[in-house]
Amino acid sequence: MFAFIIRRALQAIGVLLAVGIISFAMFRFAGDPVNQIVSLDTPAAEREQVRRSLGLDDPVPVQFARYLVQAAQGNFGISYQFRQPVSTLLAERMPATLELAICATIFATGFGVLMGVYSGLKRDSALAKLFQTISLIGISLPTFLIGILLIYLFSVTLGWLPSFGRGDTVRLGWWTTGLLTLSGLKALIMPSVTLGLFQMTLIMRLVRAEMLEVLRADYIKFARARGLTTRAVHFRHALKNTLVPVITVVGLQFGSVIAFAIITETVFQWPGMGLLFVQAVQNVDIPIMAAYLMLVALIFVVINLAVDILYTIVDPRLRTTIRQPA
Amino acid sequence: MTIRSKFLAATVATLMVGVAVPAMAVTLRYANQGDLKSLDPYTLNETTTIAHHGHVFEGLTKRGKDLAIEPGLAERWEISEDGLTWRLFLRKNVKFHNGNPFNADDVIFSATRVRAPGSNFQTRVPSGSEWVKVDDYTVDVKLKSPNPIMNAQWDTWYIMDKEWSEANNSVAPTPAAATTPSFASLNANGTGPFKIESHQPGVKTVFKPNKDWWGKVEHNLDEIVFTPIASDATRVAALLSGEVDVIEPVPLQDVQRVNGTANAKVLAGPELRTIFLGFDQTRDELLFSNVKGKNPFKDKRVREAFYKAIDIETIKSRVMRGMSTPAALMIAPQLFSKAGDFVRPKYDVDGAKKLLADAGYPNGFEIGMDCPNDRYVNDEAICQAVVGMLARAGVKVNLMAQPKAQYFGKVLKSGNYNTSFYLLGWTPGTFDSHNVLFDIEGCRNDPNSSRGESNLGNFCNKQHDELTDKILVESNKEKRDQMIKQAFQITFDEYGYIPLHQQALAWGVSNKVNMVQRADNQVLFYWAQKKE
Repeated sequence: MFAFIIRRALQAIGVLLAVGIISFAMFRFAGDPVNQIVSLDTPAAEREQVRRSLGLDDPVPVQFARYLVQAAQGNFGISYQFRQPVSTLLAERMPATLELAICATIFATGFGVLMGVYSGLKRDSALAKLFQTISLIGISLPTFLIGILLIYLFSVTLGWLPSFGRGDTVRLGWWTTGLLTLSGLKALIMPSVTLGLFQMTLIMRLVRAEMLEVLRADYIKFARARGLTTRAVHFRHALKNTLVPVITVVGLQFGSVIAFAIITETVFQWPGMGLLFVQAVQNVDIPIMAAYLMLVALIFVVINLAVDILYTIVDPRLRTTIRQPA
Repeated sequence: MTIRSKFLAATVATLMVGVAVPAMAVTLRYANQGDLKSLDPYTLNETTTIAHHGHVFEGLTKRGKDLAIEPGLAERWEISEDGLTWRLFLRKNVKFHNGNPFNADDVIFSATRVRAPGSNFQTRVPSGSEWVKVDDYTVDVKLKSPNPIMNAQWDTWYIMDKEWSEANNSVAPTPAAATTPSFASLNANGTGPFKIESHQPGVKTVFKPNKDWWGKVEHNLDEIVFTPIASDATRVAALLSGEVDVIEPVPLQDVQRVNGTANAKVLAGPELRTIFLGFDQTRDELLFSNVKGKNPFKDKRVREAFYKAIDIETIKSRVMRGMSTPAALMIAPQLFSKAGDFVRPKYDVDGAKKLLADAGYPNGFEIGMDCPNDRYVNDEAICQAVVGMLARAGVKVNLMAQPKAQYFGKVLKSGNYNTSFYLLGWTPGTFDSHNVLFDIEGCRNDPNSSRGESNLGNFCNKQHDELTDKILVESNKEKRDQMIKQAFQITFDEYGYIPLHQQALAWGVSNKVNMVQRADNQVLFYWAQKKE
C-alpha cells in the first residue's frame, strides 16, 4: 500500500511537470504581458526596462527553470496586475470557489439522485418525462447561457436574487464564508444551480439507468419474492447498489466542477479562482495563470489518488492486484 | 399614559431611530468593466484606474466638469519671462488622510517618485526639470527648455505624502516587476475628497468621504462601493435590477433596452479618443499583401482611395448604432479650437476605384488588416464593415481580428510594427495636439528619439515635424494654434491616416443618481447626487 502511494505521488509530480511545460510553452501565444502592464503611450525604452526586470527577455526554458526553482521554494511569483503574491491572491479566492463547488455538488447530487430514482421507478409518468426534458436542457445548454437566463428571470424580472458577487461574507481565520449571512446564501443559489446543472443531469441519468438495471437483477426479484415491502426493495436494496458508481462519478467530477467554475464565476462575477484566472488570461498575467493551472492539476491528481485509495478500501479484490503489480 | 404605553412608545421611538439612521446613509454602488488593480497612483496610466485614484488623491491642478484646468493643490502658478521657471504657490491647511500636513516637501518627493524607474507616469514631469523648495508653500520648477503645457497632465499626477511613503517602505513606485508585495499598492493616503475604507483587489473597494477635505463638497454620498463586473450581460442586469446605481460601459446593443426601463438611463456623449485606420508607409514591400516588390501605400492616391471608399455614416448608423461622431482630424474637436475648419472628404466609391486604377491597381489588390477585438467599442465590427466597403472598391482585405493582448504584441514597437493596415484608438494624454503630432504623426526615423513611437505605419513628413518642434515651445496661443492647424493640414492633405470617429461614452445611471459625465471617460462621483 505504501509503495503504491509513493508510486502514485511520483506519477503526480510527473503530471505537474508536464502541465507546467505545456502551459509555459503556450504562454507566449497569450500575448505580450508588457503591453498590459503599461499604457499605450509608454515610451519603448520604458517598456524594455519592464521586460528586462520581469525576466521576459530570457528564453522560455530559462523562464520555466526559474519558475520551477522558485515554486519549489513555495514562491509562485508576484501577479503582474495586482503586484501581490500569487499565493496570497489564490488563497484569498479559494474559499469562494470551494464553497461554490461544494454547494453545486450537493445540489447536483441531491436533486440528481432524487430525480433519477423517481424516473427510474416511474419511468412512464409525466413527471419523469419532465425530468428527462430538464436533463436534456442541462446537457445541451451552455453554462453561460443558463447563468444569464437565470439572472434575467430571478434578478431583473423578479428581483429575488442578486445578479453578481458573493453578498456579505464572514471571515473565519483565513477563510471567508458566505454561508453565514442571508445575502451570502442568496448569492450562492444561482451560481450553484448553474454550475451544478450539468452534473445533476449526469447523475440523474446515471441513477436512472442503474436503477433500471438493478431492478432487473435476480436479488431484487428474490427480495420481492420474499415479500419485502416495495419501499424496502427500492430504497434499501436497489438504491444502495446504484450508489457505488454515483459516488465514483461525484468524486471524479469534483475536480472538473472546480475547473469549470471559470465560466460560472465569470457570469456571476463570483470572486473565486476561476474569475482570477480569466482576468489573468486577458491581461497575460503569467504568474497567476501558471499557478492556477498547476493548482488545478494538483487537485485532479489528489482526487484521483484519493478515489484509487478509497477503491482499495471498498473493494478487497483490488488489494491483491496492487500488492503484486503485473 | 400608563407605564406600559410609555415603555412601548419609548421602544417604538428607539426602533424608529435605529431604523432611520442607516436609511439616511447614502450608498452609491458602482460597477465597471475593469478592475482597480493597484492603489499606487504611479503604477498604471489608464483611465479607470486614474479615475478611482482621483477620488482619493489630488494633483497640483484639477480639471473641471468641462475639462478646463483649475487650481488643485497648487493655488496658483507663475511662469517667468523666458518660460524656464515656474513658481508654484501651494494650498495651505491641507491634510492627508492620516493627518499629515501637505507642504512643499511632498511635492518635491512626488516629483522625484513619479520620474523614478517603475513609474508609468514619467512623462508627467519633464525629465530634466529641477524642483526646488523656496519655502514650505512655494516650489520653483527649473526647466531646460520652455514648456507651456507642462501642467496639462498634472491633474492626474497625484501628490503623495513623503512621511507616509518613507514610513511604509514605499519611496520607490511599485514597479511592474515587484518582487515583494508593495504597501502602496494596497493602501492609499491622499488629500482627496474620499478615503479608502477597504480594498480587495479585483473584488470590492469601499470609499468613504473625507470629512476634513479642504474643498467645497458637491456630492451627498456617505459611501461608494465599487465592484468590477467584467461580463457585459451581468453588468447590465445588475443595473436593471437596481443592485448597482452606475455602470460603465453599457454595451451598445443594450443602450436602447436600458433607456426603455423605468429605473435607469444611458448617459452618452462623445469621448476624446479618436479611432482611426493607419497604413504601413515605410517598408518597401508590405508584409501582408499580394503586391510584391513595392508598397502601394507609399502612393498617396492609394491612401486617398482607401479614405474615400469608407462610408463613415454607415459605420455610424449600422455598427455604432448612432453612438459615434465621425472625425476629420486625428484629435477630438473638443481638444482643438480650429478642428471645425476640417471637413471629412466625401464617401466616393467610384472616385476610389478611379484613384486605384490611376495608381496602377485597376483590379485592386489584397491586403492583411490587423484589428483588436476587445479594446474599443465594436472594434471588430468596424473592421468587418471596412472590409466590406473596401471590397466594393476592389480591394480584398484579409482581416486578422485578435484580442488586445495579441494585437498590441504584434503591431507596437515591441512587435516590430508587424502590420500593413490596422485600426487603433488614441487619446492624447496631455489633451493637447502636440501629443498627437509627436507620438502618432511624427517620423520615427531617429532611433534616439521617442518621436513617432506609436506611428505604427510611419507616416512621415519633415515640414510637419519642424512645425511640431516649434509648437512645443511656442507660448502664444493664437500663433500656436495656427501652427497646429498647419501641421494637421499636412497629414490631412497627405491622407496619412484615415480618422474614423470618436466613439461615444455610454454610462448606465440609475434614475436616483444625478451625475456629471466628463468627456475623458473618468467616472467621478464628487459631483454625484443620489436620491433615496
